[in-house]
Amino acid sequence: MNALAVEIPWGVLLAIKAVVILAVVPLGALVLGYTFLLKMMSHMQSRLGPMDPGGFHGWFQLIGDGIKFLQKEDIVPDEADRRVFALAPTVVVISTFLIFVVIPAGPRLQVANLDVGVFYALAVSSLSVIGVLMAGWASANKFALIGALRAAAQLIAYELPLLLAVVGVVIQAGTMSLQGIVSAQQDGAIFGWSGIGNPFILTQFVGFLLFLIAAQAELTQTPFDMPVAESELVAGYMVEYTGFRFLFFFIGEFGTATAFAALAATLFLGGWSIPGVHGTAADLLGPLVLVLKLMAVAFLMFWVRFTYPRLREDQLQALAWKVLIPIALVNVIITAIIKVAI
Amino acid sequence: MSTTEQPMTPGFEVDPAAFRHLADAQVNVELDTGDMILNMGPQHPATHGTLRLVVRLDGERVIAADPVIGYMHRGYEKLTEFRTYPQVTTLINRIDWLSSFANEVPFVHAAEQLMEIEAPPRAQYIRTALTELSRIATFLLFLGEMGLQVGALTPAFYGFRDREHVLNLIEAATGGRFHPNFNRIGGLKDDLPWGWIAETRNTMKIVLDACDVFEDLVVGNEIFQARTRSIGIIPGELGASYGVSGSNLRASGVDWDLRRDGAPYLAYPDLDFQVFTHPDGDSFSRYWVRLQETRESARMVLQLLDGMPAGPIMAKVPRIIKVPEGEAWVETENPLGQMGYYVVSKGATGPFRVKIRSASFSNVSILPWMLRGVYVPDVVTILASLYFILGDIDR
Amino acid sequence: MADLATLTSRITDALGDAVLDAGEARGTLVVRVRPDAWRSTAETARRTLGFDYLSFIAGIDWMPAPVVGLVEGDTSTPAQPSDMTFGVAGSAGRFQVFAHVQSTTQHAGVTFRTDVDEADPRVESWVSVYPGADWHERECWEMYGFVFEGHPSLRHLYLPSEFEGHPLRKDFPLLAREVKPWPGLTDVEPMPGGDDEAGEEGAA
Repeated sequence: MNALAVEIPWGVLLAIKAVVILAVVPLGALVLGYTFLLKMMSHMQSRLGPMDPGGFHGWFQLIGDGIKFLQKEDIVPDEADRRVFALAPTVVVISTFLIFVVIPAGPRLQVANLDVGVFYALAVSSLSVIGVLMAGWASANKFALIGALRAAAQLIAYELPLLLAVVGVVIQAGTMSLQGIVSAQQDGAIFGWSGIGNPFILTQFVGFLLFLIAAQAELTQTPFDMPVAESELVAGYMVEYTGFRFLFFFIGEFGTATAFAALAATLFLGGWSIPGVHGTAADLLGPLVLVLKLMAVAFLMFWVRFTYPRLREDQLQALAWKVLIPIALVNVIITAIIKVAI
Repeated sequence: MSTTEQPMTPGFEVDPAAFRHLADAQVNVELDTGDMILNMGPQHPATHGTLRLVVRLDGERVIAADPVIGYMHRGYEKLTEFRTYPQVTTLINRIDWLSSFANEVPFVHAAEQLMEIEAPPRAQYIRTALTELSRIATFLLFLGEMGLQVGALTPAFYGFRDREHVLNLIEAATGGRFHPNFNRIGGLKDDLPWGWIAETRNTMKIVLDACDVFEDLVVGNEIFQARTRSIGIIPGELGASYGVSGSNLRASGVDWDLRRDGAPYLAYPDLDFQVFTHPDGDSFSRYWVRLQETRESARMVLQLLDGMPAGPIMAKVPRIIKVPEGEAWVETENPLGQMGYYVVSKGATGPFRVKIRSASFSNVSILPWMLRGVYVPDVVTILASLYFILGDIDR
Repeated sequence: MADLATLTSRITDALGDAVLDAGEARGTLVVRVRPDAWRSTAETARRTLGFDYLSFIAGIDWMPAPVVGLVEGDTSTPAQPSDMTFGVAGSAGRFQVFAHVQSTTQHAGVTFRTDVDEADPRVESWVSVYPGADWHERECWEMYGFVFEGHPSLRHLYLPSEFEGHPLRKDFPLLAREVKPWPGLTDVEPMPGGDDEAGEEGAA
């Protein structure tokens, strides 16, 4: 019997789901921003980072920053295309919200279990580039424009290795539903041994690496942060944004980082699953397990971000088209052959 | 002969067709886009100061670049004519503010030459040690900053952290972290404080360790190499004719260091040190040369501490300094390159004319030549690798 | 470091009758050349004599600054001699241009100097020989008003393009100093220990 099997009217359910999604994105941005951007980076750079706000290791810092941003004057450049300018941050944030719709946090904790979940997640994640382009174009600023065009070029180039990296997982799982992929990992077996299920990071390690690299480019994080590139383009497409609109970009950036970390955790680390735990227990433990796995992936992504210099735009394109995509294609072919053979 | 109109910048009347072979538009003429003029600075993070670069872009390719300077011009050459000699050292502290002590040395040396006095050996050794410490402080900032400019955040903090130790030493000896104003004509203001020598030995270990860290973290990084190798090449001969000096010229294979090759000054003739050159002349080699020079400077400081003579730190100098009539040109190898003062005296308490030859001015004047045909990110790499201080350009 | 005497003879031999005078300024060779041979001097220096490095080009105004509103006992500005004297190697008039070139291989340097006519301050440009002369000549042009013939574009370098006057000429007043006098030599009272004009021993 399932203890959680309470009948909830669908309207209330929808409202709950909406609230959860709306809460998850800023919360994820907050947690990742605090843990990695403020504290981990500081400690890597032999400094403490914020220590005072909130009393304990400056945990309140980002919330305080958010409040400060809300109080700031909203400056719009004279030459800006006002409507597009105002809309752009929203587009970026919405694309982040939409990714979370399909990410499962437990066997039943999912907003929508789409049959084409993987496809959907990757499709909506690239919506953000439209927001970035809008921001860059509408700002009436040359730095912003260059940044936006770089972002567009970069996202087109990295969408392909990202997709191809996931294709291997999809072939192995035999489904595109994220819930199905998790189950396949929980109940699967590696060549007959099912002790820890079959987390695809073991059998799809190349895919995992490709996914992380491509995600880094999708998130415009170092070494692929040319669209923002503080030292060249000042802040790229964000250069003219102030106050809460800038806050939106910030939430979008770290919210998307959360989403991609969660996607990677779901696709390669088994998502919410713990081998052998099913039913209600999985529903209760699932979110926690997902968050732990997500943080592990995010740690990797931010570690790279704080360590590496930035590539140049043409070097980035060369890396995508000449290295990542061929490797991803070979990976897909080998996965398919093994799948058919077994 | 004063004119108000600003003539067309040279290079800006360039016909884009002349550069079409550079652009991808060669393949498909319909793709040929208009040029865009991008204004980098005066407030731009890559120009660390108020350098303004007007660049004409085709896509991300720079067709022509024109540096605009003078946002920080303080007219020091005029001001020196209204100051007495001891007051001038206060001014010239602010030329290259990262290595102020090294700025004072050539001027004080010029005044001493004209007055025909010589600082005692101990003063010369302390001056040399503090000059080399300024060099280490300046270069440590560069070693971190260069990483920051190509996008890596972390090295910058390491650079600042380790520079702090060196600045503490300078502060302990002189009382000023950035503007010591410690030189006096004929010697120094004070002797070294107690314990300074032991502390300096420890700090030099920190500096040598920091150099190893930068070697691993920055020089050994593939992306850093991809970003800097063969970017911003200065041919040695051209660099010299532009007046590019110091590490920038040595990175182009010109084996010329005023500490070794110029008129002997300070305690350098007593020291055993190596001059590093690199054949490539690109941004990477400029980083590499400075890294080696930081190490070498630390070793030189250790040598100086070992050989530090005892004795007075001040020669016999009249209370009111009047410099006899004459001219003197003194050049030194400063962290940024050749720093020189051409001092003309007419026997008064102040100089009649001081020509300040600062290194960054000439180093930056090669930018219009260097920036043609590079990408926007390379502009930042080149600016960072040339390593200029705005005060040293604008004076 | 090359021997100064050999260097002098090498340079005067190479330049021939362009040399008006030569002298020594504390170990640095100063060679004064004819104004119409200014550019050919640079060419000889770079191509024949091997001075491949341009250190600087600067101007000088030998006229003493006019004394404005100087009251008795005011030491705010170091008083300069009031008669016009010229430096090493002499000068024909008030203005001179001097340039320092060096050799990175021979480790030697020389300062070339030429006279500039006060009424019509024209000098030949060195840009075609030393490209680095570009900015130095622009600076010299705006600070002294010397017109460098053959320079591609004499634009303002440091000063705003509306600026009038030539600040480094001696008759250009430093207004700030005239509005508010500088404290000047304040440290003229005797030291507590009692030693005065005799001098002091720093390391005592």
